[in-house]
Amino acid sequence: MTETASSLRAAASANTESEAAKPRPPLLELGGIEKRFPGVLANDDVALAIRPGEIHALLGENGAGKSTLVKIICGVLTPDAGTIRWQGEPVEIVNPAAARRLGIGVVFQHFSLFDGLTAAENIALGLAEAGQRRNLKRRIAAISVEYGLSIHPDRAVHDLSVGERQRIEIVRALLQDPKLLIMDEPTSVLTPQEVEQLFVTLRRLASEGRAILYISHKLEEITALCQRATVMRLGRVVAECDPRRETARRLAELMVGGELKTPQRQKSPDRHAAVRLAVNGLSLRSEERFGTDLDDIDFAVAGGEILGIAGVAGNGQGELMAALTGETLAESAAAIVIDGTPAGRLGPAARRLLGAAFVPEERNGHGAVGEMTLAENAFLTAHRRLKLVRHGLIDERGAANFADAVIRRFDVRTSGPTAKARSLSGGNLQKFIVGREILQKPGVLVIAQPSWGLDAGAAAAVAQALLDLAEAGAAVLIISQDLDEILSLCDRIAVIHHGALSAARSVHEVTAEEIGLLMGGVSSAPQDEAARAHPA
Amino acid sequence: MLIRLESRGGPSRWWAYGSPVLALVLTLVATAIIFAALGKDPGRSLYTYFVAPLASATARPELLVKAAPLVLIAVGLSLGFRANVWNIGAEGQYTLGAIAGGGVALFLPESESSLLLPAMIIAGALGGMTWAAIPAFLRTRFNANEILTSLMLTYVAQQLLIYLVVGPWKDPEGYGFPQSRLFQDAATSPIIVPGTRIHLGVLAAFIAVALGWLVLKKSAIGFQFRVIGAAPRAARYAGFNETRLVWLLLLLSGALAGLAGLFEVAGPVGQLTPQISPGYGFTAIIVAFLGRLNPVGVLFAGLVLALSYLGGEAAQIELGMPNAVTGIFQGILLFFLLACDLLILYRPHLVRAKPIEAVP
Amino acid sequence: MTGDSGQFVAALLTIISASTPLLLAATGELVTERSGVLNLGLEGMMLIGAIVAFATAVGTGSSTLGILAGMLAGSAAALIFAVLTLQFLANQVATGLALTIFGTGLSALIGSGYVGRGIEPLPRLYLPVLSNLPVIGPILFGQDALIYASFILLAGCSFFLYRTHAGLALRSIGESHDAAHALGYHVVGVRYLATLFGGAMSGLSGAYMSLAYSPSWSEGMTGGRGWIALALVVFATWRPARLLLGAYLFGAIAILQLYIQAWGWPIPSQFLTMLPYLATIAVLVLISSDRARVRLMAPACLGKPFYAAG
Repeated sequence: MTETASSLRAAASANTESEAAKPRPPLLELGGIEKRFPGVLANDDVALAIRPGEIHALLGENGAGKSTLVKIICGVLTPDAGTIRWQGEPVEIVNPAAARRLGIGVVFQHFSLFDGLTAAENIALGLAEAGQRRNLKRRIAAISVEYGLSIHPDRAVHDLSVGERQRIEIVRALLQDPKLLIMDEPTSVLTPQEVEQLFVTLRRLASEGRAILYISHKLEEITALCQRATVMRLGRVVAECDPRRETARRLAELMVGGELKTPQRQKSPDRHAAVRLAVNGLSLRSEERFGTDLDDIDFAVAGGEILGIAGVAGNGQGELMAALTGETLAESAAAIVIDGTPAGRLGPAARRLLGAAFVPEERNGHGAVGEMTLAENAFLTAHRRLKLVRHGLIDERGAANFADAVIRRFDVRTSGPTAKARSLSGGNLQKFIVGREILQKPGVLVIAQPSWGLDAGAAAAVAQALLDLAEAGAAVLIISQDLDEILSLCDRIAVIHHGALSAARSVHEVTAEEIGLLMGGVSSAPQDEAARAHPA
Repeated sequence: MLIRLESRGGPSRWWAYGSPVLALVLTLVATAIIFAALGKDPGRSLYTYFVAPLASATARPELLVKAAPLVLIAVGLSLGFRANVWNIGAEGQYTLGAIAGGGVALFLPESESSLLLPAMIIAGALGGMTWAAIPAFLRTRFNANEILTSLMLTYVAQQLLIYLVVGPWKDPEGYGFPQSRLFQDAATSPIIVPGTRIHLGVLAAFIAVALGWLVLKKSAIGFQFRVIGAAPRAARYAGFNETRLVWLLLLLSGALAGLAGLFEVAGPVGQLTPQISPGYGFTAIIVAFLGRLNPVGVLFAGLVLALSYLGGEAAQIELGMPNAVTGIFQGILLFFLLACDLLILYRPHLVRAKPIEAVP
Repeated sequence: MTGDSGQFVAALLTIISASTPLLLAATGELVTERSGVLNLGLEGMMLIGAIVAFATAVGTGSSTLGILAGMLAGSAAALIFAVLTLQFLANQVATGLALTIFGTGLSALIGSGYVGRGIEPLPRLYLPVLSNLPVIGPILFGQDALIYASFILLAGCSFFLYRTHAGLALRSIGESHDAAHALGYHVVGVRYLATLFGGAMSGLSGAYMSLAYSPSWSEGMTGGRGWIALALVVFATWRPARLLLGAYLFGAIAILQLYIQAWGWPIPSQFLTMLPYLATIAVLVLISSDRARVRLMAPACLGKPFYAAG
């Protein structure tokens, strides 16, 4: 533990002593929590105390052990060791129902909603006892009005916006009158305006004496909202503090455990470079179960340029990615042009031969095959461009050499080309996939959610690789839900909403508020036609 | 006490091979219990069933004869199953192979040409392919589940065979039995090991194993089969054409099943009858799984299940045991195999059941 | 009663009895699949149900006991499937096939002593006055108990799935087992029950075959009806009401064969026997070709194994 962290802790305990006159135990107190998975110690001697009426941040990078701890608190996982006290009494939370009976409500990161069912059915499923389900629609209406959480009980969930889905989850949790409400990464999919609205609701709940455990890695939000923060790193608690008295940078360093290095771009893009990827009037019906149709999408990315496509999840990003990779074909060849060649009717392999490369959002099972070795995964997308097939047979040595080159150049931590892709951590697998695509020297790279789920080190490495690729003259398209990521890496930004794309604007010209409005489906101020006609 | 599973974090290489062996042992134990329940001496029954066929020098080559169709079919199926192409109708494709290949001989009753048998072999493969092309077309064009369509076609094929041998192809000198005439010599597979019944189909099975292994493990197309089964989205992302792979796999497994059918009627059976298959097409599914969906494994698994057929026949004659015991043995074997496969990915633990209540 | 209406009634009665085994088995499988479990072993469970029901009825002289034994045997077979797929996380497709192979063998073994024996068919419930009404009398009020049961069970399942909380929970588990687990539902427990129910219904369907439809035992007597029932669930796009339509459509096709033969059309009987199988393929093609619809209606977790870390 760092020196500062222990001094913070000392300050925290002094604070507690001053309140000792009024002996009120914390609502929830965890001590010495340990949870081990094969190969990982996810929680190591974790302690956490939450008081009634407090908004308590649980802060940490991806993989720091936050989710495991939350699952233990809400009864989805059982700890290997440690104690849990609820209002001072030792308890064992063996399943989610037990957590609910105690008064713990959860709003999950990946919403635990059923797409095919209605909002009311979804809420009913969260209520264990028949008594709670009586007069359900009236009570839903009452809670909606009281906390300003508007929802439509009879509409199927797949028709609803992400914000409304979250409101359903909050209503479901509130119907059980929880004493502790856990919010797991609640804002990662919301527009800035929806975040503000959520904070109003959360402050209101805290003022009623309910405790809120707020899990996030977004530091600005935590300094704005929370009264206490517990910081985790690599499965351990490394600090406790009052986030209102800390800077975001300081919290970030606690979280990352070192000085932050931001990726640097050497030179600004050439204003007269040729367009390498152009999309013209692309419309597509979604083949997914509850998908979004693409609606007349237009954009162009020039060599040396990075274009970012922002948007709330489920607004057509997956469909756009599939249309760009060639996993779904466009209706006309001219809809997608790669380096001057109409490619809309070509499959992924043919597009790769034109010089395009792709990194999908899902690494295991989409960008790579978990059960296969890194050499085989290198062969997966590189075999055509690198000519790794001879007389119909696999050039095994060639594939292994290429995998080895990727591993070295991109600092992938693994035992070598014969390691299974599944054995790599998320960050290392992403470095491998990005490296595999970049070492094929693409003229166009399309990448979805480059740093999603990565720790700061891996995220910085991937970001640097993308900047370097653009500098070398490639056109780079980033599709991401992480606005910060887009603003820090891209030259221009466009927003996708309901399958339609806004005009691209320079990142230096737009405000966060404008982007937020676009993400929420409100058209921006008069469009800059000039910028649209001549990109970059 | 409860069994609790703990992920190993990756497949265990040891158990990938240990599981079928353990399953086989457990199946023998279970079979012994069934024998005892039927009032037979389990020791003697097991001996008759599983040891006696191997003990006699005349019976051992029979093992290869029985294994040949199983292995031929299962090599094709295992490539398909790897790619999530569930061709369950190999029995029907086998029947069509026998009809098409046998039909060539029946249409050329006078032919003693040395080209007759090759023509039959080609017709057999084409017959199986044609039958498998139907589910391939229906899946790729209409999204219809190939499990159900290929299986339904098995019933159709069986009716077609019956129609032919009681109708147009019936042997006029067959005393009214539902069967075709016996094939002439030129339409019969030569014996390749004198003194046995080992026919060309056995050789074909070995070739299929070798080629199947090469395709699956070393070829670019085999790589595509493996990827589409392990991660269909990754296959699309890599640009592999699913429609083409489904066609390829169904045609391939259909052709192999058709060959198996042809070699069976041109070899041991010698004519078309409604009973040309003791369920080879279905048993081959078990062979494919027992052989780890790997052509080399399929060879060994084919021998094990061939033994169950020989043992079943011997037990029927010597112990008066119903033939159905073979089916039960095969079903139980697959059950145990599926259960034991758990050990590849998970480590079981015995834990004491925990109380459900949490609130103090 | 005129000759024409007599013929019509007779045809309708045969359709009803040919449809009932399909309807029973498909109703059970529909509930199983709505919970996210794909049990392809219907044929095996039906055969086991058929022989156990027949043997029990012959042994005890009671067809009621026979029916109960058939249902019990069907769910016992389903239990093997459930343990393998839910506890041991085995591949559901492979396990279903194993169950069919095993069931075919086991029923043949048990039935080897019963081939060729007859039994009194299930009695038809006779209601005074009502059963004597022309046309509708024999159709509505002169059937055996299992035919009424098939309707009641279908209606009951429909009510259960759409009108009760337990049914909602079952559907939610088929929809997303991870979300249901996070809410505290016993995914594996519910799937066990749904699978056992499916087994009992298959057993009941088999009992109908061997006690009422053709009161006897012969090897493989279900003749692929288990597979047709599976196709019916797809045809119904997992909605109980459409199951009724599908089952009766197939009943009608089965009867068509008999009539074509009776009318003396020069079609070999083997081709007529192919009809239901070909019809199954045709129906599957018709429904499946609307990819978006099938994807929308199918339980999202169908056939996927559930493993709760913890």
